[in-house]
Amino acid sequence: MGSLGLALLDSLDIGLLLFIIAVGLNIVFGVLNVINFAHGALYMLGAYLAFSCINGLGMPFWLTLLVAPLGVAVLAVLVDRLMLRFVYQREVTDSLLLTFALLLILNESVRMIWGTGIHVVEPPELLRGTVNLPGGIRYPLYSLFVILAGGIVLFGLWFLFNKTRAGKIMRAAALDRDMAQVLCINTRLVITGVFAFGAWLAAVGGVVAAPMRAIDPGMGDKIIIESFIVVVIGGLGSFPGALLGAIVLGLIHGLGGRFLPEINLMLPFVGMAIVLLLKPHGLLGRRASL
Amino acid sequence: MMHTQEKDIILQVSGIGKRFGGVAAVSNVDLDVYRHETLAIIGPNGAGKTTFYNLLSGRMQPSSGRIVYEGRDITGMPPHEISRLGISRSFQINNIFEEMTVRENVEVAVTALRGEGRRWNNLASRNRSVQADADELLERLSLSELAHQRAGVISYGDKRLVEIAVVLATQPKLVLLDEPTAGMTPDETQRVVNLVKSLRESGDYTFLITEHDMNVVFGLADRILVMHRGQKLVLGTPEEVRAHPEVRRAYLGTADEEMTT
Amino acid sequence: MVSHEKTMNANRAEQATGSAQVRQAGASPNMTRGAWVVGALVLILLVALPWVAPYFYIFIATEVLILGLLAASFNLIFGYTGMLSFGHAAFFGIGSYAVAMLLQAYQWPLLACLLAAVVVATVLALVIGFFCVRLNEVYFAMLTLAFGMMVFSIAHQWRSVTNGSDGIAGFSVTSFGLGLDLQLGNPSVYYHVVLVIVLLAAALLYLICRSSFGLILRAIRQNPERVAFCGINVRAYRLASFTVAGAFAGLAGGLMAPFLRIASPELLHWSMSAEPVLMTILGGSGYFLGPFVGAGMFVLLEAWITSMTQAWMLVLGIILAFMVMFFRRGLLGTVLDWIQERK
Repeated sequence: MGSLGLALLDSLDIGLLLFIIAVGLNIVFGVLNVINFAHGALYMLGAYLAFSCINGLGMPFWLTLLVAPLGVAVLAVLVDRLMLRFVYQREVTDSLLLTFALLLILNESVRMIWGTGIHVVEPPELLRGTVNLPGGIRYPLYSLFVILAGGIVLFGLWFLFNKTRAGKIMRAAALDRDMAQVLCINTRLVITGVFAFGAWLAAVGGVVAAPMRAIDPGMGDKIIIESFIVVVIGGLGSFPGALLGAIVLGLIHGLGGRFLPEINLMLPFVGMAIVLLLKPHGLLGRRASL
Repeated sequence: MMHTQEKDIILQVSGIGKRFGGVAAVSNVDLDVYRHETLAIIGPNGAGKTTFYNLLSGRMQPSSGRIVYEGRDITGMPPHEISRLGISRSFQINNIFEEMTVRENVEVAVTALRGEGRRWNNLASRNRSVQADADELLERLSLSELAHQRAGVISYGDKRLVEIAVVLATQPKLVLLDEPTAGMTPDETQRVVNLVKSLRESGDYTFLITEHDMNVVFGLADRILVMHRGQKLVLGTPEEVRAHPEVRRAYLGTADEEMTT
Repeated sequence: MVSHEKTMNANRAEQATGSAQVRQAGASPNMTRGAWVVGALVLILLVALPWVAPYFYIFIATEVLILGLLAASFNLIFGYTGMLSFGHAAFFGIGSYAVAMLLQAYQWPLLACLLAAVVVATVLALVIGFFCVRLNEVYFAMLTLAFGMMVFSIAHQWRSVTNGSDGIAGFSVTSFGLGLDLQLGNPSVYYHVVLVIVLLAAALLYLICRSSFGLILRAIRQNPERVAFCGINVRAYRLASFTVAGAFAGLAGGLMAPFLRIASPELLHWSMSAEPVLMTILGGSGYFLGPFVGAGMFVLLEAWITSMTQAWMLVLGIILAFMVMFFRRGLLGTVLDWIQERK
């Protein structure tokens, strides 16, 4: 029982972290119709910046959580203004190619700046150690924080999309870009803003993940594949889909990791293939085929 | 115009509807289309005409209702299967292959019709039978001079004609024309009208035409379906439709004046 | 009436010709003759290479030919059918592994190994393609990347079969097959073998591209909806295109294994999938030979840049970005477009 409980907590932990990252991918797609292949690299950049801030500059964790994602968001604004604006009017494959190029650039840049070794960040003082939970489970405090952070992001996004003007604008732009333009919504601003917002979310995920994972140049690749699987399972462009997909993948990792460790690495792909067979647009996705 | 003994029904639409969320773009439309007739569909913008076409051609799935074509239930069939059965449609916005030549555009459709798309070991540019069929059709639509021009650079009116050529190249029995004369000059419009007339004489075609140009409508239609807010308002001969009070009400203003000429 | 119609037609043709960018579909006789001459010269140069160029260039040329075939197979999916795949290395890599394993275990003649590589790659392409072609281009790009990485993970983890990250090495190519006695260990000989096979494969691929099937694929790239409304099952054609491309990629991979003397998981990674993408963009996706030109540019660039810096991927990314933004038609594409327009 304790083992199952741990597995479920792991699932929640992994799942909500994945949610933070995958939802950014989804939002950018929903409004811009583009999958940002560099999304995982932005997450990785967030983690590396966290390392530099905390270990290099001695910044407290909470300040880093504020500063590092903003830095990545600024980079995203630059990328949008200097690169993506050339291809938005063209076929979508050109945007995909460009974000892929960005992925190559970011991956290698990280390697050049921080080296190929593994870096480690300690959780903040406040969140170290383990906690005794009912059912005889001892669980890392930081992991509980991750779950909390995921919940805050979830609630924050729900609030943003349903209760604020900015959110409604994004949803409008997602449904019909031309119409949004006619209504004098500054689409250029929305596009840049959304792209930066997606990058910000990815970086938040990176900073939050940093104390929990080894920071290495391959982490971006790993997370982008995971995000793709989340988005495919949940449905591209769907906000609740991102959550569902993340939870499902979290469960696969959490339960698979504890009970089926040999095939654990293949399970996410198998899960994705099954969903593709039965519901090609994802469990909650919109119609996406020709 | 219409042969009275051929009252057999080529298309039967019953209770067809399409909802998008809470909005019904089309609701509860019943229609029997007779073979070889020319049926015009008119209505103000947003009346649901294009959605109706989308449902008939398989581009969208109906939320309710049935579509029966030549005795066969085609509700929910994918577009390529419906096309193979003999229903072909043109689009309101030009939907041709802009990077290919005019002749290649038609060749694609002819290749598809003849099932030659499977041939991987021939040279498409030397496929004489496909080219002959394409040339013949281009000749018929007076597009032969433009055969080797890139479709993207010809005039708008000619592009519409290429669209029609592609539609006809699959040898359909039921042709859905979506605002075929939109944006055309009076000369070009007349050419389209003449074309439809000559096709009716020489071939086994049934036409559905959505139009805003009332001259075209009254010049060609055997019957007219008036749609309003996604619903069938009136179905009848041009005279019946002209005289109908609800039609006048729905078509306030300029259309009203047109109707009375 | 008839003469009036004819005059109208002539006027319209004039109008169209007068407008800015008219490209005649068929090449004029002069250009075709010129193309044949250039082609013949290139062919002579390729055959004579081992005797006229420094030794090092034999390796460069072999690599260019193999990667060129890989890129050309990618372009069947991308330039012709309009689908962007980021997982093409899966078929390349599995072809390599097939040949490596067969050579190591059974020492089959090379031709038989290559045949097996093609079969295996075709099957894999059929399976992966089935999942990927049902959805739109964004999903497609994403899924091909994911499935490609899945194959990579399998190769990486399945130590018992694939030897994991160490890869499969320690094999040698002895016989070619067909009763031909060739010294395949000699780079010059292997180069000529590769040249012949790639030429034949490219010719076949070109035929496929120019066939009625190819016509439909090109139409699908430009306007898939219209093609569906002509009665074509677009999904089936996309799957066919994807599978054929996979087959040719498998052949290329099969040729690569004896060249590198190893089949390793890196050949399956998405960074390997990026190479045909980049080569095609470099050379130009609009013309059949574009990917080959791009492969040449790529290999030469790589040799030059890696001699100066470790950050090859960074330069690759910058070049790709630059080309996509400003030179989308690629080198060969831009040149040929310019020639066409001058006529």
